[in-house]
Amino acid sequence: MSKASMNKASLSGGTAADKADGTAAHESRGTAADSSGATTAGTDTQATAGTSTQAAAGTGTQAAAGADTRTAAETAAADRAASEARDASELGAAGSQLSTAPREEAVIGGPTLGLVGWFRWFWRQLTSMRVALILLFLLSLGSIPGSLIPQASVDELKVQDFRDRHETLAPVYDKLQLFHVYSSAWFSAIYILLFISLIGCIVPRTWQFAGQLRSRPPGAPKRLTRLPAYTTWRTTATPEAAREAALAILRRHRFRAHATGDAVAAEKGYLREAGNLIFHIALIVLLVAFATGQLFKSEGGKLVVEGDGFSNTLTQYDDFKSGSLFDTDELVPFSFTLDKFTGTYERSGPQLGTPRTYQADVRYTTEAGGPEKKAVIKVNKPLELDGSKVYLNAHGYAPVVTVRDGRGQVVFNGAVPLLPIDNNVSSTGAIKVMDGYRDKNGKKDQLGFAAFFVPTYGGKGSGQMFSRFPALDFPVLNVGAYHGSLGVDAGLPQNVYQLDTRKLTAFKDAKGDLLKKTLLPGEKLTLPDGAGSITFEKEVKEWASFQISQQPGSSWALVGAVAAIAGLAGSLFIQRRRIWVRAVRGADGVTVVEMAGLGRSESAKLPEELAELAGTLHSEAPSAPDPADDSAEQTVEGAEK
Amino acid sequence: MNLAAAATNESLAQTSNVLIYSAMAVYTLAFFAHIAEWLLGSRSKVARTAAALTGGAQESAAGSVKVQVTNKGGATAVLERPKIITRSASGSRDIPDGPGAHGGDAQGDLYGRIAVSLTVLAWAVEAAGVVARALSVQRAPWGNMYEFNITFSTVAVGVYLVLLALRKNVRWIGLPLITTVLLDLGLAVTVLYTDSDQLVPALHSYWLWIHVSTAIFCGAVFYVGAVATLLYLFRERYETKLATGLKPGSFATSVMERLPASGTLDKFAYRVNAAVFPLWTFTIIAGAIWAGDAWGRYWGWDPKEVWSFITWVAYACYLHARATAGWKGRKAAYLALIAFGCWLFNYYGVNIFVTGKHSYAGV
Ligand code: HEM
Repeated sequence: MSKASMNKASLSGGTAADKADGTAAHESRGTAADSSGATTAGTDTQATAGTSTQAAAGTGTQAAAGADTRTAAETAAADRAASEARDASELGAAGSQLSTAPREEAVIGGPTLGLVGWFRWFWRQLTSMRVALILLFLLSLGSIPGSLIPQASVDELKVQDFRDRHETLAPVYDKLQLFHVYSSAWFSAIYILLFISLIGCIVPRTWQFAGQLRSRPPGAPKRLTRLPAYTTWRTTATPEAAREAALAILRRHRFRAHATGDAVAAEKGYLREAGNLIFHIALIVLLVAFATGQLFKSEGGKLVVEGDGFSNTLTQYDDFKSGSLFDTDELVPFSFTLDKFTGTYERSGPQLGTPRTYQADVRYTTEAGGPEKKAVIKVNKPLELDGSKVYLNAHGYAPVVTVRDGRGQVVFNGAVPLLPIDNNVSSTGAIKVMDGYRDKNGKKDQLGFAAFFVPTYGGKGSGQMFSRFPALDFPVLNVGAYHGSLGVDAGLPQNVYQLDTRKLTAFKDAKGDLLKKTLLPGEKLTLPDGAGSITFEKEVKEWASFQISQQPGSSWALVGAVAAIAGLAGSLFIQRRRIWVRAVRGADGVTVVEMAGLGRSESAKLPEELAELAGTLHSEAPSAPDPADDSAEQTVEGAEK
Repeated sequence: MNLAAAATNESLAQTSNVLIYSAMAVYTLAFFAHIAEWLLGSRSKVARTAAALTGGAQESAAGSVKVQVTNKGGATAVLERPKIITRSASGSRDIPDGPGAHGGDAQGDLYGRIAVSLTVLAWAVEAAGVVARALSVQRAPWGNMYEFNITFSTVAVGVYLVLLALRKNVRWIGLPLITTVLLDLGLAVTVLYTDSDQLVPALHSYWLWIHVSTAIFCGAVFYVGAVATLLYLFRERYETKLATGLKPGSFATSVMERLPASGTLDKFAYRVNAAVFPLWTFTIIAGAIWAGDAWGRYWGWDPKEVWSFITWVAYACYLHARATAGWKGRKAAYLALIAFGCWLFNYYGVNIFVTGKHSYAGV
């Protein structure tokens, strides 16, 4: 491409195309054809014709009539394109470089230059706006399945449930990585391509913008009347004085202005471009911060009963997940004790039982033996310790029970956390007595109790009792008793809340069924044959489960996010525009001032701004008395037609 | 928290319901007034757009608006000031905007004005209803979908009225807007109604004020943008038909004739969408910060998060399309509609069909 046509192309890319803002599709295609030169012209005209044909076909009976006029319309379009080309050459460089958006030069015939050529071609495609658009679209499209299909990273249980229910579909989904959409190969491919495209887009644009900052606004086009906003008057001031005044005024309005020849050229609104670049760079920062967070994060859960504590080492966690680059040394040292958990619930109305407050009162220290501090952890208020955050994420009840052997010796005494299974905190769990218990013969044995607990007894439903309210109004504990091997030594991970009854023998009641009893606080179930007893003490503790997470990079994510918003605001709300003021001595010796403005997009603000500047300049270079003032304007308008 | 202090105030809640029903009644009147405006406006048969497109009128409609400079100090020198001549971009159709629903008919215009006045009244009543609801629960009125819906339509109408007050040319949006506001409120009071109540603990946060209020506001503005985009698509087809010499049906002519030019509609839609996009970005980020506090991760691909992200990317697509030659006009408009569709799905679809961490609100 020659220098001249480059200029023309970038002009139309930046201005003419922009001005078409809001014109019909096929017209903008006309513009595009004009701007990207001969290569695309053919296809674009075709597209235009296609649209018209469709329109014509759509009306059926009038198709014939349509066919006639279509040609007329096409002629009109061609005329328009021609006039635009004229415009472009007249504006010259004035409109160029008003933005750094890449030109759309659709290289339709592929590359011809071997490997390097291929790479170049590929790179140009990848960093074009069109491909960025397509990638963005794919990204949103690709996110959809992840919101509709259960995701392993979000809820493993749901995924399992899905697998059980869809035996043929699940393997297909597995192949397509649909249970891990956001870490799948194809999703990653989309965003990595977008990421590369983004970088490939930002770097040249930044250079270009830096160049624009160093260079001066382009000189005035030959015919200022061609610009979107224009004004002129004859003044008593000399051309030099008028230009000087214009320069001063423009500078006062914080335009970058300079005098070139018989005119003053000025530009303002560079922050738009800067904002746009900042926004796109901020996206990279966000993405990197997010990726870092994923790789280095750690997240673990811990259930703590009132009165108990936790210290932040790997062994203390109930469950623990971490990113692939996480190192356990990075766990922040701290410990805390749960003093009290408080839950309150709606006591009346249709939302009876809806939780109202959850709060955990804790004491914590950040160094061994250091001073203890008090803190309250609530659902939305985690405790922050040195980059680690402690969240409250669940709670439940832990009835205190005492188990005695046949001789009345206490073999177990403590609070047993039970898992809630419904909104009214009906809970199930297991009480396991692993060592210290001997049966009536003095032989070592283990005891296990299946526990079912309700905080507010609501009666017996079909079989099992149920809870009517989540607070501790009428606690009742039901236990079923077993003995034998709990299977804890089998080496398999064991769920603490479940009783593995395979190697257990049930204690039998009189009817030969499992020995079960519903206990009120203080009541006791005595096991048969002097095997001992279990007592539901008059105390029910609460437990809270905490999630302790560490995610480096979140502050960078925040910085990126804030920068993105700021950049976006700059990019969308700031207008970049140029103003030229020309002052020359007319044929009759009177100075003629011309002012014109050009913006990146057609905006109502530009004429207003020009009017204000013209008003100011006019007060310094007032109109020369001239009865022919009106006719001068007429010629200006006439010249446009 | 003191439960007694925050006890819901039944009578305020009752008042709120009465106000919302009253607002619906007044909106209905406004709806009929708009219908009258459109019907009476159809009496004027001047085919402006057609004239502009088929030559002849081209001269007078060349778009050279002369702006007179107004002197800040006073108006005395006005005539002395230089006049600004504006010139549309070459290549664009210089079509004047339609006269509005009343079509230049004085009686139609009167009904239009009545409709706007009624809308103002209905809006005031509705806003009072939302405030009463907020007072009755002593918190932000955005705890469930019912509250979300009534606030949403209040904000959408509020945006429209503010634009009107700023003397923007937006009265044409009146009928479609009021129609959908009525649908929205109808849905709210029948299907989505939830008795006024307090929030579950997960919603106790000042981020509720920030995140949800901006979300509602963005939705309302996107909605106004979507209506404009839809009208743009119709109007653009109509203009293309005229430009290719075809004759649109008389009903289409009568309606389209009175709307602003497609260029104006498109620009309006773009401005509205672009203006609110940074706020939508902020909404998502505020949500992420809140999620960081509430759930221990700022981004976890929860369905609501995913759909906010999709909506965001879809609008980013739209903005990119506008800057990319060959994608302006209709194609960009389709993207804008898809983006709004994503927003709608995020709002209704995700709450109803998908379960995630965001499903607390009694739907
Ligand atoms: C990560 C995904 C991206 C997002 C979310 C995004 C978002 C946006 C948004 C919202 C705008 C509108 C600002 C405005 O109109 O001034 C914009 C503009 C722009 N984007 Fe992107 N963008 C992304 C990737 C890219 C890529 C990969 C490229 C390079 C090919 C690119 C090039 C541009 C350019 C040149 C503009 C300015 C257009 C103009 O000057 O009117 N963007 N982007």
